[in-house]
Amino acid sequence: MFSNRLVNILIPIVSVFLGLLVGAFIMLGFGYNPFLGYLALWNGAFGDSYFFGETLRQVTPYILSGLAVAFAFRTGLFNIGVEGQVIVGWLASVWVGLAIDAPMIIHLPLAVLAAALAGAAWGFLPGLLKAKLGVHEVIVTIMMNYIALYTSNSLVRNVISDGKDRTERVPETASLTSEWLASLTQYSRLHYGLLIALFAAAIMWFLLNKTARGYELRAVGFNQDASRYAGMNVGRNIILSMVISGAFAGLAGAMEGIGTFGYQSVKGGFTNIGFDGIAVALLGGNVAIGVVLAAFLFGTLKIGALNMPTGAGVPTELVDIVIAMIIFFVASSYMIRWFLLKVKKEGK
Amino acid sequence: MDYVIEMLNIRKEFPGIVANDNITLQVQKGEIHALLGENGAGKSTLMNVLFGLYQPEKGEIKVRGENVKISDPNVANRLGIGMVHQHFMLVDKFTVTENIILGSEPKKKGTVDLKKAEKEVERLSELYGLKVDPRAKIRDISVGMQQRVEILKTLYRGAEILIFDEPTAVLTPQEIKELIEIMRALIREGKSIILITHKLKEIMQVCDRCTVIRKGKGIGTVDVSTTNPTELASLMVGREVTFSTEKTPANPKDVTLSIKGLSVKDTRHVEMVKDLNLDVKSGEIVGLAGVDGNGQSELIEAITGLRKSASGSIHLNGKPITNLTPRKVTEAGISHIPQDRHRFGLVLDFPVGENMVLQTYNKKPFSKKGILNYKEIYKKAESLIEEYDVRTPSVYTKARALSGGNQQKAIIGREVDRSPDLIIAAQPTRGLDVGAIEFIHKKLIEERDKGRAVLLLSFELDEIMNLSDRIAVMFDGKIVSEVNPEETTEQELGLLMAGSKQQKAGGQ
Repeated sequence: MFSNRLVNILIPIVSVFLGLLVGAFIMLGFGYNPFLGYLALWNGAFGDSYFFGETLRQVTPYILSGLAVAFAFRTGLFNIGVEGQVIVGWLASVWVGLAIDAPMIIHLPLAVLAAALAGAAWGFLPGLLKAKLGVHEVIVTIMMNYIALYTSNSLVRNVISDGKDRTERVPETASLTSEWLASLTQYSRLHYGLLIALFAAAIMWFLLNKTARGYELRAVGFNQDASRYAGMNVGRNIILSMVISGAFAGLAGAMEGIGTFGYQSVKGGFTNIGFDGIAVALLGGNVAIGVVLAAFLFGTLKIGALNMPTGAGVPTELVDIVIAMIIFFVASSYMIRWFLLKVKKEGK
Repeated sequence: MDYVIEMLNIRKEFPGIVANDNITLQVQKGEIHALLGENGAGKSTLMNVLFGLYQPEKGEIKVRGENVKISDPNVANRLGIGMVHQHFMLVDKFTVTENIILGSEPKKKGTVDLKKAEKEVERLSELYGLKVDPRAKIRDISVGMQQRVEILKTLYRGAEILIFDEPTAVLTPQEIKELIEIMRALIREGKSIILITHKLKEIMQVCDRCTVIRKGKGIGTVDVSTTNPTELASLMVGREVTFSTEKTPANPKDVTLSIKGLSVKDTRHVEMVKDLNLDVKSGEIVGLAGVDGNGQSELIEAITGLRKSASGSIHLNGKPITNLTPRKVTEAGISHIPQDRHRFGLVLDFPVGENMVLQTYNKKPFSKKGILNYKEIYKKAESLIEEYDVRTPSVYTKARALSGGNQQKAIIGREVDRSPDLIIAAQPTRGLDVGAIEFIHKKLIEERDKGRAVLLLSFELDEIMNLSDRIAVMFDGKIVSEVNPEETTEQELGLLMAGSKQQKAGGQ
């Protein structure tokens, strides 16, 4: 009845459905009407072209942070430091945007590149420590998150601005904002970054599945001993994977830095773009197309949720619960897999 | 006749496959009953049904004449059925006694009564001649001893019927001898034994009767005293099997591999290979005999570049390859069939096709300018699968889904196909059934006849004796003796492997 491939596709869909279902019961339990709630969510995400633009805008960094986590996963690494890499990418893009005076054709690519390089550098260090000394990347990347957050805050306050809480806006020449996309969507903040994100997804797919380098990265991810036996340099592949993962994360930061906001501010806490990327990657099954779809779902839920308090009186916290439920069901996919296989067996 | 265990017309299905189809197994009290079958024939499934891990779709199980339903291993334990697993289930850091009582600890005022347990373990150990120290830690004792702990675990729980799952696969020849003694002692004390195996010699040696299953079906039960290995093998495989591999005398030419004064340290910095010298010529198979742990693995890792050597030199065709990276060694002309095929030989989550180019994926025609050419990769894979009789649904199937024998054939196909000057085959037939072994032996001899040098590491004396043109015995990190297989006996080899001082073999 189901092939294994179909089961793999069905699991996230069933998870999402179960998450929404449990969310409905929770709304019901707290005395809200779940139909009105979800209708408000839908309208908040797709109700008109402005909301749709905002949804796509939110999807953009999620795609990239999801790709970052997924890429590392495929090489057997758990990059929990995407959050920090997003922050340094954000900062770098804004800094280059402010510090340099150049025509757009040079300035904008330079700012984007700076973000990717900053994220890559932030991924390089944990990769190096893992490859050379066997230090677990999870611990190092968690710590690197804090270093990124507070370094960025300090630089914003003391170096890039004069004691202010945020930097100046980046000039037009270094901005991803698009008059055209904005006007299409009733002046939402949708920007050209979406194209970069989709392009990055295509790159990840191509790199992992079509190149000899990708073959090595995947082999190392599955079995380091066999990779060494086959003559691959395991350490170099680990470092490379963290660098590429970090570059994706850095780009996610640029989406916010020179796309959505146009500045970097002193942050009280993490942006959560990186942490949400873990969930996006998990839901997307760590493949490029899956990440794009999962990011779309997350963006929809995040933006749609903003309309739930006004549209149906449902608090946004509830949406966070629904998202948490979805992740819960994805994480417990074994349960769903077991159930699907049982159905498969009985259906035979 | 009284049967202590009767499994009647057992049927067990898994999605898409019938693992056991109408199998009957009747074990008499006080006998050693062999359960013989190829890999994947359904032996383990049948035993897992008996042990309560699987529920059969059809059939009945009787223990001592009474119908029982074994819903989980605890029920099996209560019925006096114990299993000695092939892969030991022991806690490394615990003592022997602690492992044995795990799950059924004797209590005294809420604390574990270790003293009492130790006494009981000692008593059982003495009764069956196991010679186990109840206070030793598992990680400090040999594999053979660990197996005895597994046996004690079942005895401690009052097992009357012991299932041994391929018990000799991990043992040295000496340890196998001792295990056989232990099994006989168990029978003397009134226990019954089911021995899962595909080694015919062992069956002939210790078993009373033998039930053969093939491809999930029961073929029948024979009295061992009235049969012979050839008959058993054809029952198991379903066709005639030749045992001693036919080969013409070797025609060795130039020295291909030359090792001089090689020393290698293991991860703990203990010197495992000590000033070792060895030559392998083209057109000959050199068998490396020895008890596991005498430096064989380290030697091979040093040759293949997986481990740095401390001193000495390794030359291939006169060119130095000491301490080159694995890739450089491969490119110099060495193929390596690794001892642990799951850990080193394959990326199990890769499709069979991708596994076939594990070393050559970055070379033409499999990739060009860094871009993979899957058409060429799968074309190569298809032809290797055909030539080496790898049974797989397709080249897109994950290697994990293949049986051990087919995984090994895939590795051998890949390694031999590179036309290397030297093939290092480490335990190439470990855990495989006679059909696959026959095939692999033939291939290795074919390669020898093509003028390649073959270095064979094996813990199976039969394999060493059958295949080798020259046997190098390794003990304590050195080649202690080189013997001619035609002029030596298994007894003599066993002595040499145990480090007996006898220097020149064959002559005396």
